[in-house]
Amino acid sequence: MESKEFKNPVVSWIDHRLPIFSFLNHEANEYPTPKNLNYFWNFGSLAGIALVIMIVTGITLAMSYTAHTDYAFDSVERIMRDVNHGWLIRYIHMNGASFFFIVVFIHIFRGLYYGSYKAPRELLWMLGVLILLLMMATAFMGYVLPWGQMSFWGATVITNLFSAIPLVGENIVIWLWGGFSVDNPTLNRFFALHYLLPFVIVGVVVLHLVALHRFGSNNPLGIDTRGPQDTLPFHPYYTIKDFFGLSVFLTFFAAAVFFVPNMMGHPDNYIPANALQTPAHIVPEWYFLPFYAILRAVPDKLGGVLAMFGAIAVLFVLPWLDRSPIRSARFRPIFKIFFWLLFIDCLVLGYIGAMPAEGIYVLIGRLATVWYFAHFLIILPVLSVIETPRPLPQSISQPIFSAAGGGLAGAMSAPKEKVE
Amino acid sequence: MAKSKSKTSEMETSQGKSRRDFIVVASYAMGAVGAGAFAWPLIDQMNPAADTLALASIEVDISKIAEGQSITLKWRGKPVFIRHRTADEIRQAQDVDIDGLRHPEGDEIRAQKPEYLVVLGVCTHLGCVPLGQKVGEVRGEYDGWFCPCHGSHYDASGRIRKGPAPTNLEVPPYAFLSDNVIRIG
Repeated sequence: MESKEFKNPVVSWIDHRLPIFSFLNHEANEYPTPKNLNYFWNFGSLAGIALVIMIVTGITLAMSYTAHTDYAFDSVERIMRDVNHGWLIRYIHMNGASFFFIVVFIHIFRGLYYGSYKAPRELLWMLGVLILLLMMATAFMGYVLPWGQMSFWGATVITNLFSAIPLVGENIVIWLWGGFSVDNPTLNRFFALHYLLPFVIVGVVVLHLVALHRFGSNNPLGIDTRGPQDTLPFHPYYTIKDFFGLSVFLTFFAAAVFFVPNMMGHPDNYIPANALQTPAHIVPEWYFLPFYAILRAVPDKLGGVLAMFGAIAVLFVLPWLDRSPIRSARFRPIFKIFFWLLFIDCLVLGYIGAMPAEGIYVLIGRLATVWYFAHFLIILPVLSVIETPRPLPQSISQPIFSAAGGGLAGAMSAPKEKVE
Repeated sequence: MAKSKSKTSEMETSQGKSRRDFIVVASYAMGAVGAGAFAWPLIDQMNPAADTLALASIEVDISKIAEGQSITLKWRGKPVFIRHRTADEIRQAQDVDIDGLRHPEGDEIRAQKPEYLVVLGVCTHLGCVPLGQKVGEVRGEYDGWFCPCHGSHYDASGRIRKGPAPTNLEVPPYAFLSDNVIRIG
């Protein structure tokens, strides 16, 4: 990275000794970005902003929260009623978790569709899967903190997953609890970890960005950029696009916070935790439902747990399951069909996860689970061999010029680019 | 509509300021308002909450305090001293030439009724609780209160007479609801 000349002498002086301004200029200003990115590329920066919103609201909530079984529920109610703007901060944090997952799920499906996980971006993808895992752990422990019925029984069920481990399972669960059931020690450690993990996520996000900036963003065509004619400086072109996407995102976010703040929550969590009575119908938060469906699809305790974690693990090795050298689904006609089938399959799993585990739901859940794993373990490896991809454009600029004969695309491209 | 104009007229008006400049400034301004509107709840949540404010006033029955006796109450987390002063103490407090004091205040503005002095038991130097409430405690050289932290002496009206404290002991807002009951706060 060569250092840049800055007009401001103070900036110049600092930058000579601590090249922070050169770094920012290089990575956030002139950073060459493929010029054909569509709006699905907004969701990475949206996820980053969602993380910041969660950390800021979380720290302020922690100032009024008490991590003790006798006071936790009441301290949350005090936040809702007495603390200045406490209701707003809590509703932002509560719905922020849901919106964070919405954004991240779209981000992941974007990566699946456009093959963003393929070489040379395998580590970038794996760091992303790690972030997803950390997010799930953080969200789960955060949901326990209000100490309502769903908090308590969610914590009980999820920690009991580890009892499926042969031989040491029971000991691990007792170690997780710090006792013989979910109780005050559990709540205390969950609070400590819920405060810690977001900062671990920040660290992994930094690595995610370092890996991203090594080769730059993938793009809807899935072909490499070949030089300045294929890229735009990040600022102002993508900063302004990200800001526009952010305002749309915040509009939906604010609508949820102000008009339907409890839509994505469960009313039973406004009942204080009771260790002697389980709610009639216990479901996790919506973003865990597909995984919950996979857990219940396997009629074996250990098998169900393995399948659920396997659903994430399979994402880790995805770059080596899909061997096709073509990244974007635009040029993979069969893959494209199976991508949408996987998408529908995930929605079905989510729906089944919310339904009681009985009757036809069990069968559908099992079929959907089998399909999920078949997609990654059978369909993708086979497709990489048998599928005939459509011809790739020679460069990112080419499709624009091939349409430039007289259409709108020709009018949109700036005159200076025609020399190419 | 911008496309109907030439490139230069789109960018600049006769004043040399472009519409784009206006849009940029307006966008930054709206952004600043939005950021401020988001920041304010996060800052304001550290101010006292509604339940804290609800405990911000107390009522006290002072009829049980014998002459010469003092009581200490907790109000807003801080000690409040109420002293039922003897005639001797009242005279002592009122006879002082206030012009020579560091923080000149007459006793009649500090005590609504001369028999009862109500002050915050917080030294105005650095916030310690002065001695002098209990029988046998040091009362300082002016027969009021003495702060053990850095040696401030207060008189029977709670005025600073000697030592590092800059001002007199603070008189909290209070009112006599009846002859025997006062409300502090």
